[in-house]
Amino acid sequence: MKLWINPLPRVLKMTAILALLAISLPVFAQEAAPVADAVVAAAPATAPAIDPSAFSALRIGLDTVWVLVAGMLVFWMNAGFALVESGLCRSKNCVNILAKNFVVFALASTAFYVVGWDIMFGDGSAWFGRLAFFVQGADNSPALGHDYMSMNPFSTTEYSGVYSAINWTPVPLWAKFFFQLVFAGTAATIVSGAVAERIKFTSFIWFALILVAVIYPISGHWIWGGGILGSNNFRDFAGSTVVHSVGGWAALAGIIVLGPRLGKYKDGKVCPIPGHNMTSAALGVLILWLGWFGFNPGSTMAAMDGSAISYVLVNTNMGAVFGTIGATITAWVLLKKPDLSMILNGCLAGLVAITAPCAFVSIPSGCAIGFIAGVIAVLAVVVFDKLKLDDPVGALAVHLANGLFGTLALGLFYDNDVATSVAALPTGLSRAAQTLVQLKGMGLVALWVFPISLVVWYALKAMGGIRVKAEEEIEGLDIGEHGNEAYPDFTGAHK
Amino acid sequence: MKLIIAIIKPFKLEEVKEALSSIGIEGMTVTEVKGFGRQKGHTEIYRGSEYTVDFLPKVKIEIVVTDELVSKTVDAIVKAAKTGKIGDGKVFVVALEEAVRIRTDERGDAAV
Repeated sequence: MKLWINPLPRVLKMTAILALLAISLPVFAQEAAPVADAVVAAAPATAPAIDPSAFSALRIGLDTVWVLVAGMLVFWMNAGFALVESGLCRSKNCVNILAKNFVVFALASTAFYVVGWDIMFGDGSAWFGRLAFFVQGADNSPALGHDYMSMNPFSTTEYSGVYSAINWTPVPLWAKFFFQLVFAGTAATIVSGAVAERIKFTSFIWFALILVAVIYPISGHWIWGGGILGSNNFRDFAGSTVVHSVGGWAALAGIIVLGPRLGKYKDGKVCPIPGHNMTSAALGVLILWLGWFGFNPGSTMAAMDGSAISYVLVNTNMGAVFGTIGATITAWVLLKKPDLSMILNGCLAGLVAITAPCAFVSIPSGCAIGFIAGVIAVLAVVVFDKLKLDDPVGALAVHLANGLFGTLALGLFYDNDVATSVAALPTGLSRAAQTLVQLKGMGLVALWVFPISLVVWYALKAMGGIRVKAEEEIEGLDIGEHGNEAYPDFTGAHK
Repeated sequence: MKLIIAIIKPFKLEEVKEALSSIGIEGMTVTEVKGFGRQKGHTEIYRGSEYTVDFLPKVKIEIVVTDELVSKTVDAIVKAAKTGKIGDGKVFVVALEEAVRIRTDERGDAAV
């Protein structure tokens, strides 16, 4: 969904700067080493010799470093999720949650490498990429697609291969793959927190594999892989829908099939089950906030002249900032106290909501989107509890409710100038028309992800149950599932 | 010999310990405990839902003293632990049959 488009004037400007540099180089050389005089004299005032392939390699190298560093930041979000989720659950389930968060990236990597990537980005129909395995398709990256050739004036390679939906970025194939891989991993992690403290470890493993191998890449193909939605003006810059609401719908299905934790709802009343470590939860959210600086700005998948990534980074930060403020105020006014767990959810809600529109809306709009997201997060936690949908960490309020809101907000706050200069993907539509397009896309993704997730969860349930026994749930999943304790007492560990 | 059990507010522990040291008490055992008396608990809010916390954190001090020191010890604890507000805690005095110092096998008052 992120096109590597550089307006022509910028290209000219850059060429001019490089030409100036090339001309001034001999001057520096003269000052530094007079012995080179003869060589300098031999370079007369004719056009300076620029080796286009060297400049092309330099530019591709810079873009690649940015994409990989951003991908590493997104990878580090696994640490954030592990800390948030374990902190907001009870100590008797801490090992289980950490284990789930740890293996989920390994599972997602495997699934995305084996088949997910090709389904999502392989050339295919409007509905499906290609059914192929192990990222084996033809690909001559680093190269640029035919339509984008003019954007790298030094590039000598035109793209040819089977992953043409992502040929707008000039980086090598494995950089594209890694960046998309860590996104797929994020979608699977979202589910982990929602189903925590009662799901069987094996059931989670199977669901995560299926989600990343099939469910996520198919809807991802529609939006980012050249499919039905992306080619019909639906926009999602970094994945409010592709990643977050997909994870959210899958989580909602899991919660419905699993049922609430024992003791959460008694006689129609909500009995809160406080988290066991708010220090860990707060640190986790700060790590996620940092990770999002890779998630959104990295989705440019090229550093270019730096203006787009700077813009997206600031808009992302504003989403988080105003999500935090919005949730703090809402919790304070509505729930009497500024509950830290709500503040943390509000920050994440702002980040999720700004993920789709960060390159399509103005910065003040980004602030407004963040604030509304923070309000929605607090209200959604309360509403989901009223509906007896037990979500220990607020994954539905953060990723589903605000994945949807963020995708919609792209239309509500759509700014064609920003879409042109930052995302380079203007639709030219009015806000109302863009909002309608966004709504349709959200509906289509929901109609795919939610039912298929229900089917998978029910199938897993039929094949041996997805919920641990009541006795195990009471004793804690740490001992039942893993034979470990997070905080062992009266053992050799304390001698 | 008597066993004196005092349940006090946690932030008063330091003052009580100093008061006891100043009258010559040479040892004590301290435990973090939870409980309630007439103070009852309080309500907390987590993610929009209120819940009651009945058991409040307290500190339990256990001291064994010879009979002649009992009233002095109790007075010292009461004086140091008092805030005058509800929830200050209680002191219990229990008769004690035997005490043994493990290192030397001393018994009775000598072991205290």
